[in-house]
Amino acid sequence: MTILRVRGLIKRYGAVEVLHGIDLDVERGERIAILGASGSGKSTLLRCLNFMEMPSAGEVVLDGEVVGRRERDLIAVRQRVGMVFQQFNLFPHMTALGNVMEGLVTVRRQNKAEAQARAAKELARVGLADKAQTYPAHLSGGQKQRVAIARALAMDPELLLFDEPTSALDPELVGEVLNVIRSLADEGRTMLLVTHELGFAYHVATRVIFLADGLVHEQGTPDEVLKNPRKERTRAFLASHRQFSF
Amino acid sequence: MRWDFASVLANSDALLVGLVGTLRLFAICLVLGLGLGLVVGLGRYARSRWFYLPATAFVEFFRNTPVLVQILWFYFALPILVPFEISPLAAASLGISLNSAAFSAEIFRGGIQSIERGQWDAARALGMRWGQAMRRIILPQAIKRMLPALTNRAIEIFKMSTLGSAVAYVELLQQGKLIASLNFNPIEAYTTVAVIFFVLLWPLLQFTYWMERRLKRDE
Repeated sequence: MTILRVRGLIKRYGAVEVLHGIDLDVERGERIAILGASGSGKSTLLRCLNFMEMPSAGEVVLDGEVVGRRERDLIAVRQRVGMVFQQFNLFPHMTALGNVMEGLVTVRRQNKAEAQARAAKELARVGLADKAQTYPAHLSGGQKQRVAIARALAMDPELLLFDEPTSALDPELVGEVLNVIRSLADEGRTMLLVTHELGFAYHVATRVIFLADGLVHEQGTPDEVLKNPRKERTRAFLASHRQFSF
Repeated sequence: MRWDFASVLANSDALLVGLVGTLRLFAICLVLGLGLGLVVGLGRYARSRWFYLPATAFVEFFRNTPVLVQILWFYFALPILVPFEISPLAAASLGISLNSAAFSAEIFRGGIQSIERGQWDAARALGMRWGQAMRRIILPQAIKRMLPALTNRAIEIFKMSTLGSAVAYVELLQQGKLIASLNFNPIEAYTTVAVIFFVLLWPLLQFTYWMERRLKRDE
């Protein structure tokens, strides 16, 4: 079943066109890794899917319904599509628990006790039950990102967007975040993941998309795209990433 | 010459009345000035020109006209244009509040702008409306950063309250003038008024220093 359908998505900033017409279908339970050089438009694509950036043209269809451009429609979509950011973007004036509760209390209007119970559950899921009362300033990067994931999960998203979730982390902290994301994959959640972690994409994704110059350049199973790329640019990209592997 | 503070102390009840008047004017102008300042500051931050242009005009006008002129205008000119009396308290409150609103609007705007874009992103990604994001995420962080500047503004407002004496509003300076003219002791009377202000404001200023140090440490 198709949960997300994108047709002819174009994004321009002034005279510069970043995305030149992207078509994309996401089936329920799919895990799509989006790869591409910096500037290829992968983050922009992700941000257009929950309308953090307004597409300049094209159509986004969520669960059979075309998403409109009114504030009300955008808010409804964002509640159904969770997002995790490269820089975590935790709310520094709230504890870990407060961060995870915030959407439930302010957006969903749940009562405090209910939201608190749910938030505690999500923190436990990402292995941070003991950090509930800790403020972000006292968490490591990996812990911050896990709180951010719990914050997104608390809203019961039908689709999760990860925008380079480990790119801002020290290497030794990457694993704990990838493990959490893999556990979500194992639950059968639908997710799109912009990443530079090729190994992770290979093992966890069900499909890999390679973006270049604002277009889908090549896509297929991890084996097809990462092991046997058909196109020259995909090969060059993968080669540059593996330059120093051993 | 001999300093004669006894003649001032003999009128301490008049000074006390003045102090109450000063505090009343200060409280009114603090609430109105900062409250209106927040509204105007949000207008200055808004992308819509319907909010931005009036807010900007307001700030430009009141930052570039002297408070004393405004107070005198509200007291002497406005009653000619409108069918009701303006009390000295109302005129002084209007002048000082509007001026403070213009200055504090810039503090609010700057504070809100200083919050990283990622905070807006995270709030919107959860499905928050603009107002919810502002109230729950942006303002609580911005106000913390603005506190030293806002406290400085409060100190300014406190000192500006003396301008109320221009329309004979009963506050500390007005009472000092009264005591000086009755007892021919301007040195003692005005010195006392200055000392009272210093004693009240010095701790407040120390508080802003302390707050600035603490904020630096937190960040």
